[in-house]
Amino acid sequence: MKKKNAPVRNRALPGNESLLRQLWSDPMGRAGMIGVGMIILLAVFAPWIARFDVGKMNSKARFAAPNATYWFGTDNFGRDIFSRIVYGARVSIVVGVVAVSIAAGFGYLFGLIAGFFEGKVESVIMMVMDIIFAFPHILLALFIVAVLGKSIVNTMIAIGIVNIPVFTRTVRASVKTVKSTDYIANARSIGLNRMNILFKHVTPNILAPFTVQATLALSGAILTEASMSFLGLGIQPPDPSWGSMLSDARKFMEQAPWMAIFPAVFIIITILSFNILGDALRDVLDPKLKL
Amino acid sequence: MRDYIIRRLLGLIPILIGISLAIFIIMQLIPGDVVSGILGIEQTPELRAMWEKKLGLDKPLVEQYLSWIGKAVTGDFGESFRTGAPVFPEIMSRFKISAELAIMGCIFAWIIALPLGIISALKRNSVVDRIVRVVALMGVSIPNFASATLVILFLAKGFNYHTPVKYVGLFENIGTNMEIMVIPAFILGSVMAGSVMRMTRSSMLEVLRQDYIKAVRAKGAPERVTIFRHAFRNSSIPIITLIGMQIGSLMGGTVVIEQIFSIPGLGQYTLTGINQRDYPVVQGCVLFIAVLYVVVNLLVDILYTYIDPRITYN
Amino acid sequence: MENLLEIRNLKISTLRGRQKVLLLDEVDLNIPKKCSFGIVGESGCGKSITANAVMNMLPYPLEVSHGSIRFDSRSGEVDILKLDKKALRAIRGQEISMIFQEPMTSLDPIFTVEMQMYEALSFHHPGMSRPQMRERALEMLHRVNIPRPEQTLTSYPHQLSGGQLQRIMIAIALINDPKLLLADEPTTALDVTIQAQILRLMNDLKEQNDTSIVMITHDLGVIAETCEEVAVFYAGQIVEQANVMELFHHTAHPYTLGLLQAVTSLGSETRMLYTIPGIVPPGGQWSEGCRFSDRCSRCTDRCRQAMPALSEISPGHWCRCWLNSEEVAQ
Repeated sequence: MKKKNAPVRNRALPGNESLLRQLWSDPMGRAGMIGVGMIILLAVFAPWIARFDVGKMNSKARFAAPNATYWFGTDNFGRDIFSRIVYGARVSIVVGVVAVSIAAGFGYLFGLIAGFFEGKVESVIMMVMDIIFAFPHILLALFIVAVLGKSIVNTMIAIGIVNIPVFTRTVRASVKTVKSTDYIANARSIGLNRMNILFKHVTPNILAPFTVQATLALSGAILTEASMSFLGLGIQPPDPSWGSMLSDARKFMEQAPWMAIFPAVFIIITILSFNILGDALRDVLDPKLKL
Repeated sequence: MRDYIIRRLLGLIPILIGISLAIFIIMQLIPGDVVSGILGIEQTPELRAMWEKKLGLDKPLVEQYLSWIGKAVTGDFGESFRTGAPVFPEIMSRFKISAELAIMGCIFAWIIALPLGIISALKRNSVVDRIVRVVALMGVSIPNFASATLVILFLAKGFNYHTPVKYVGLFENIGTNMEIMVIPAFILGSVMAGSVMRMTRSSMLEVLRQDYIKAVRAKGAPERVTIFRHAFRNSSIPIITLIGMQIGSLMGGTVVIEQIFSIPGLGQYTLTGINQRDYPVVQGCVLFIAVLYVVVNLLVDILYTYIDPRITYN
Repeated sequence: MENLLEIRNLKISTLRGRQKVLLLDEVDLNIPKKCSFGIVGESGCGKSITANAVMNMLPYPLEVSHGSIRFDSRSGEVDILKLDKKALRAIRGQEISMIFQEPMTSLDPIFTVEMQMYEALSFHHPGMSRPQMRERALEMLHRVNIPRPEQTLTSYPHQLSGGQLQRIMIAIALINDPKLLLADEPTTALDVTIQAQILRLMNDLKEQNDTSIVMITHDLGVIAETCEEVAVFYAGQIVEQANVMELFHHTAHPYTLGLLQAVTSLGSETRMLYTIPGIVPPGGQWSEGCRFSDRCSRCTDRCRQAMPALSEISPGHWCRCWLNSEEVAQ
């Protein structure tokens, strides 16, 4: 029995250490890790990195161009853009992580249930997923926020719901593949009960596609949040969000272009880093897909 | 073939019911209720009762749903709370503008992405390939609103150019209309272009490894026949799937792009509805866009069967 | 030219990372006219890439790093490796054809059989009319024993069986009466009974035409049924070459002997399947001495130190082994 399990274990997520090392050895993986790492550092250590209070207005220093005091300049209220960018990273990461956790958690649960119990349960779950999938992402998120009201929590819930189907599908597909292999039948024949099989065998096997999916979903979630905030329906003032900073900047574009450039650059770098990391991760974890 | 299409159309019905139910259920989650939303602080019990009756809110939920959906099927999406104008005609007239934007976006995306994706696959690991891959990655990673803002900033600062503010229809003045639409459409198409480029490249690489491509070359085929008649047509199957999926994000993208460039399309209408808590407008727009998305995907599925004979109609 | 095809000093390399790795090492081959020539060896020994090089169709990153492939074409003697694209296309499918291991994936899934057969004609005879092409296609399908050819013409590949598809591949390959047919493991993917039918078909067609066949296989049984002359490949080299009778009756190289023992003969039911221990060393990991030394049961110190040359041990019988050259020396 042990021998039969062995090759499957190897296909699962490699130990963290070797995974990180593999990613690091690939130039793209390294670039992605550095980018994502920097954004996470900004988010975690925001209070130490920021140079001013995020909300502090200074009417004497409105529209200051980037200088030694205000590295990225100031906005129309005289607030320090650098500090707002740093805290904005925190907002982006928190919203992204919470939203993806909601999506991944429910997606994992629904996917396991659909894949394992099949029949009516599966049809109903997949039908609901198809319906969620039938709405353009951002439209559904905007709709949910429009109904529930604008707030950071509702933004996270909305983005989370929108992302559930992707995870459900990934997990269900993996469960079905794993189920069809011999060693699940073997596990059953030696008397392991269904729940045991589920967690002991299915879970490590779906970790690889799940991780890739989560990384890509994180970039998608950050993007959706930024778009919603840009439209005024995501993060509400006074919380800083790159999307709303960029949106506010449009009114003052001619006199203070830095108000637009810095948030735009940070949004782009963040999404780009997550996408690069996601690609590299997929290449490492799922070499079949590498071309 | 005809049977297949009919069957697919019938299969659409449960999804459409599901979509409308989802919208209806979400609408029930509005905190407080619609009437207080309309009346604001001026509400009196009499006014309340009048509005509730007018909107049919005094009836049971099932009846409310059936009456809403029954009217929606006949093209009656109700009236705007703000203007009192019927929603459906407004959606239709604005849809034409959004459709123009989206179609132009798609065309830009394909014109750029398909040739570059093919070249990138054929010249694998060359300098061209590397450049195309970076461009494609930028395409999928730069959000519409960020590139739009930067482009506007660049044009304003660099060339003192501002896109026309007042919208002009395609049939009123095609020149001005194009001046308004080209940049937004290009930006709207850039995300699709990026992902189509990536898919074209990987799909072409996959097909080019296949035995039948080797066999076609062994028959003495000219390179262009091998690449276009055989390799590209086979690669196009996953590309079409991707395009079907991307159309959703393209429609979502119109909300953002129309807002930035002040184009009075469906996206802008939806957003205005959301901001003004004009629920019939929001409900109508969301229903319309979701149904449109599902129908477009069905068309994509049918298109498949023309390209891939392996798809059985059963 | 005396022979139809003369391969001289052919070296093929690939890229592993940034390293160039040799896969085929100085191979010389002469394919006579109207001959069926077998190339045998385990996978990874360089037999398939030799065939691909003859078509000048090596997939990236493989490339010919040295040597020549001279072919007696209708327009005179040419070096295939030096032809421009246009001249090469004129030879492919018209003078040299190829069939592949996997019939199920060798036809384009989105086109009908008809279209793919006409294509082979129209590349070389652009003026041919549709009725003419149809007539020729039907004739070829008859010759490869396809039942109901008219119906088969309008079928898609997924509607046909592996055996039928391989017959169609053969029909397409022979549709322009080529001088040389390269058959790369044409029966490996097929069911045993179908294998025999396809081999018989190829033998019949060889009798009817003036086509030379190069049969590439890992199965000496296939060679015995179809070939006159055989070359045994191992680790990018020819290790033994002889007339088929000579090779089977006076086997000289230990590797050939191993391959022979691995063939299950239908007569002895209970015999254990013999396998040569170990695997073919991949390019870049060849030993300095005899490349078979790691797996050879009769290996000596000398075998590990120096590579034996390919020498003629009896007229027309060549072998690359120290054992034989010692016998010759004595």
